[in-house]
Order: sequence, then structure tokens, then C-alpha cells
Amino acid sequence: MQRIGDAPAVRRGLILAAVALAGLFLLLPLVAIFAQAFAEGVGAFWSNVSDEYTVAAIALTLFVTLMTIPVNLVFGVALAWLVTRFTFPGRRLLQTLIDIPFAVSPVVAGLVYLLLYGRNGWIGGWLDAHDIQLMFAWPGILMVTIFVTCPFVARELIPLMQAQGSREEEAAVTLGARGWTLFRRVTLPNIRWALLYGVILTNARAVGEFGAVSVVSGAIRGETNTLPLHVELLYQDYNTVGAFASAALLALIALFTLAAKAGLEWRAARREAIA
Amino acid sequence: MSIRLHNVAKTFGKPGRQTRALEPVNLDIHDGELVGLLGPSGSGKTTLLRIIAGLESADREPAGRILFGDRDVTQVHVRDRRIGFVFQHYALFRHMTVFDNVAFGLTVLPRKSRPSSGEIRARVLRLLEMVQLEAFASRYPAQLSGGQQQRVSLARALALRPDVLLLDEPFGALDAKVRQELRRWLRHLHDELNFTSVFVTHDQEEALELSDRVVVMSNGRIEQIDAPDTLYRAPANRFVFEFLGDVNHLEGEVRNGVLTCGDARLAVELPDGPEELLLRPHEVRLTEAPNAEAHLPVTVTAISPVGAEVRVELEADWLAKPWLATVRHADFERLELARGQRLFAVPRRWHRFPENRDAATHRTSEAIS
Repeated sequence: MQRIGDAPAVRRGLILAAVALAGLFLLLPLVAIFAQAFAEGVGAFWSNVSDEYTVAAIALTLFVTLMTIPVNLVFGVALAWLVTRFTFPGRRLLQTLIDIPFAVSPVVAGLVYLLLYGRNGWIGGWLDAHDIQLMFAWPGILMVTIFVTCPFVARELIPLMQAQGSREEEAAVTLGARGWTLFRRVTLPNIRWALLYGVILTNARAVGEFGAVSVVSGAIRGETNTLPLHVELLYQDYNTVGAFASAALLALIALFTLAAKAGLEWRAARREAIA
Repeated sequence: MSIRLHNVAKTFGKPGRQTRALEPVNLDIHDGELVGLLGPSGSGKTTLLRIIAGLESADREPAGRILFGDRDVTQVHVRDRRIGFVFQHYALFRHMTVFDNVAFGLTVLPRKSRPSSGEIRARVLRLLEMVQLEAFASRYPAQLSGGQQQRVSLARALALRPDVLLLDEPFGALDAKVRQELRRWLRHLHDELNFTSVFVTHDQEEALELSDRVVVMSNGRIEQIDAPDTLYRAPANRFVFEFLGDVNHLEGEVRNGVLTCGDARLAVELPDGPEELLLRPHEVRLTEAPNAEAHLPVTVTAISPVGAEVRVELEADWLAKPWLATVRHADFERLELARGQRLFAVPRRWHRFPENRDAATHRTSEAIS
């Protein structure tokens, strides 16, 4: 007895198409990156990666990412808590606003920040008068990175917290738990995997963000150049091996992120099987 | 600990689009009493329970008061009211073991008043023994059945030795057999530990079986507060009567002491005018011939012989909705009941609830039979 849509020819055709497309569009570029990076041997790769400006770009990227994650963690949890545990006028509007960074092109986001905080901008003028520079410096890069990544944690948490409801928290309160204890012992354990998942996604996006950062950074080598911007600069300098060496670093971070994500999903599936 | 509510009301929604979940109510629950809040969904019973718990705040206007004993708890936060609350869907902490669930209330006490970990352990094990779950201490809630989860939830609520135990539809999500068992078990527990309990239910049988007194609610109002037997025998109004069991209606016109409806006639001592009488299924007797007082021809349309009595469904031209009668098995055999058979119904007793709420009449018509 054969099921509908399960003819051997159809099945084989679909599998073949999937493998071909995945190989052509996913695997091949990845292989190409590493092939180009090591085209002139390990020595050339290493000298490019340990180049002063590349190291500075790596350091800046990691610094911005490490600053972004805790900010978004706190912001995301607070926002998800607000939206799922309270009713107030404008709650739906707020839930829609969370998605703006997803909907807007990062370049536009960068331009808006430039318009607001740049030297001739609305707030930038006042900041300039007080000798505070945000644009074309690391604070600007941090600001736009936070902007483009801020929905990730909240988006992961909101559906979960909605599904779980507030009964457990109510039960904890009737048993005498207050504020921080309540969060640490009841809320946090229930959302921790979603939270970690949101952090992994935030991390991936923060490391790789190009559009918004390129508008506000000014790409000063050794100062405001992040790793993705550095790849472009090297490529424009006809330093192919250098560009691909940096790209390989980004690809490695991406692969690590994917592995972590897969690990979490595997864990979640296993826990479900137990329960 | 006694519970007294004075003028407590609750309105939901923003101004202009408000719904009154609870009209201003007054309620006295005595120390050590087990009281059931009974009503259909939307009657305000859960809202009332949550207000007693402090999970919901009563309206400011009118200013109501809630007293536990002599202590005014109107403005006291849930966590300081010394209540135990059992939720309908258990609300156990899913990431904690049974032991940790029960211990939770003790472990979050301020350091000064927190018992030592050895003492907590002893107390939790004693509670688990009481709910017969000591073997399950290291399991997670998801590994337990519904009835076991609800027992854990009860042990957790009792861990802090609350003055008042509040239960929101505690057995609603369980199957009939487990529900019956837990009900009996809760009654024993209540009698043994002697706390004051209030529970919410929409199940009449549960409320009548378990409670010392039942509070019947509808549309945010308290319809009647009485002991189960009084409630069943002398319902205060039509709503209570209809909610507590199956009801047969007889509508007609009274002329010179006879109520007529199509070819049905019943002698009643009532003034002339339109009238509606209500009968319970066990108050309907079936005979082969009409008598002088009652001429109510009916046809048997369905028979269900399961249980202590046989349930018979009756139809007639003069009836808008079929009647239900319960017949003893002996009578069932004597009358040789079968579907399609034509018989006569004779009321043993009937009730009427005129619009004027105080004029409810319960007439035993022994003279007729």
C-alpha cells in the first residue's frame, strides 16, 4: 500500500533537487571561502589573520558583541514579561513595534541613527557641543547593533511565556515568594532554553552585522573597523587571501553558532521525549 | 479562621466597556467550615475565590472589606494572607521535583523564620506521606498522573500551615473515578486538620456531597447559602432549583382550581391565571389510568435501565420539552414499560417560583395519590 505523494520517482527527484541546491548554494560557497583563505598556504593565512588591523577588527567585533548580549538579554526579558504578564493600553502596538528592526533594512537604520546622532543631527548637535561623539566611533556601532538585534530575545520568549501562562508564578506568590526569588526560582528556569536560543541568535547577528554598522562606523582601520567591514576593505584592496581569511573567521563563528543551536534543539527534543 | 466578606464587588474592563463579574456580596464563612461555591461558568465564583485569596483585588467603589478572623486583610498582599491555594490545573513548578515543589514555600521564607534544612526535609516528607506520595519525592510533575499532581499541589499548599485553604475547581480536570476518591479524601483531610476551606465547582453533586454549606451563584450574585439538604429540599428560587438537578416543566392556564394545557389537566389550589409548575424526575409517578386530580397522558419514548432507578423519557402533544421520570426497577417490571407505551403521569409533589422571589411554593400533593 502506497501513500499519496510517495511515488519512488517523486521521492528520489525531490531528494536529488534538495541535495543539489544545498550543495550549490550552501556547501560550495563555504568550501570556497576556506579554499581561498588557504590558497597561498597556512603561512599566508596566519600572517593575514595576525595582521595588526585584522586583530583590531576581531577585538572590536567581539567587544561590541559582548556588550550587545547583556543589554538585549535584560531588555528582551523585561519586554517579554511586560507584554505577557500585564494588560495595558497599547500592548498590541508595542508587540508590533518590537518587529521594526526586522522589517527595516539595516542600512536605513544606520542612516536614521546618523541623522539623529551625527554632528549635524538633531541630538548630535547637542552632543557635539558637550564633546560627546557617538557616530564614527564604537558607541555608534554598539547602538546600531543593539537596534538590529533587539527583537531576538523578546521574540523567542513571548510565545513561550504566553503558552506557559502565569499560573506557576501565581502559585509561587501564594507560597510567599517575592520579586527576585520569584524570577530566579520559577520564571527563569522555565524560559532558560528559549533565552539561550535568543542569545545565540543575537550573537550571530551582532558578529555579522554589516549594513547598519557600515553607515555609522566610518571604517577607520584599527579603530572603527569591524570584522565584516574589514573583509570588504581587504577585498577592495585586491588582498583576496586576506579578505577570505577574515571571512573564514566569520564563517567559523557562524558554524559554531549553528552547532550550538543544533545542540540546544537536540536537548529540547530529548527532554520532551522524557516528559 | 473565619472569613467574612462585606460588600465585595468586582468589575473588569476599562470605563465605558465594563462588565460586572461580581455584584456587591456579603458572605460569612465560619471557622473550620468547608464551603463550596457552586455556579455555572461566568457566575463569578472563581472571581470571588481569587478575591478572597488576594490574587484579584476587589473594586474600590463600593469599598468592600475582607476579614480573616478579626484581621482585616482587604489591603494585605497575597503572600502575607496566610492562605493555601490549589489551582485547577495544579500549577506545579514543572522544573522541580515533587519534593522541591512541596518544600518551595518553606525555602522562600525569610532567613529568620526559615526552618533548618533538616526540619524542612522532615516536614515535606510528612506532607508527602499524608498525600500518599512519599515514593514519588524525586519524580517530576510531568511523570505523575493528574490525581497525583493534584495531591502534590495540595501538599504544597498545606506546607506553610495556612489559616485558610482555597481550591479552584480542584477536581475539574480529573476523570470521574479519581474525582470521587479525591473528594472523599479531601473531606477526611479537612475534618482531620480542621482548617477553613472554600472550593469552587460547577458540579452540583460535588458541591452537595463535600460541603458543610453551599453558596449558589449566578451572574455575579449569591442566590442562596444553605446546607446541602436544605438547599435541595427548599431552593430559594427557580435558578437554584433548576441548577441543582433535572427539571420537568408544566405550563398552563388555571381556571377554577384546574390547570389545563392541551388535553392535560391537573387539580391545583391556585388562583386563576397562567402558571408554571416544576417537578423533579423522582416526583413523577407513572400509572395506567388517570385519577380524578391528574389527567396527564404521556408516551414513553426512551428507557435507560442503568443504575438504581430506571430513567424514562416521556413525550406528549401538550409538552414543549420531554419529561424525565425515574421509576424503581420493581415498578418498571410491574408496569412492563416499553417504548411507545401510553401512560399517565401523576405528580407526587410540585414546586412553583413566581416572579416575586419570596413566594416560592413547594406543595406535596399527597391528597392526589
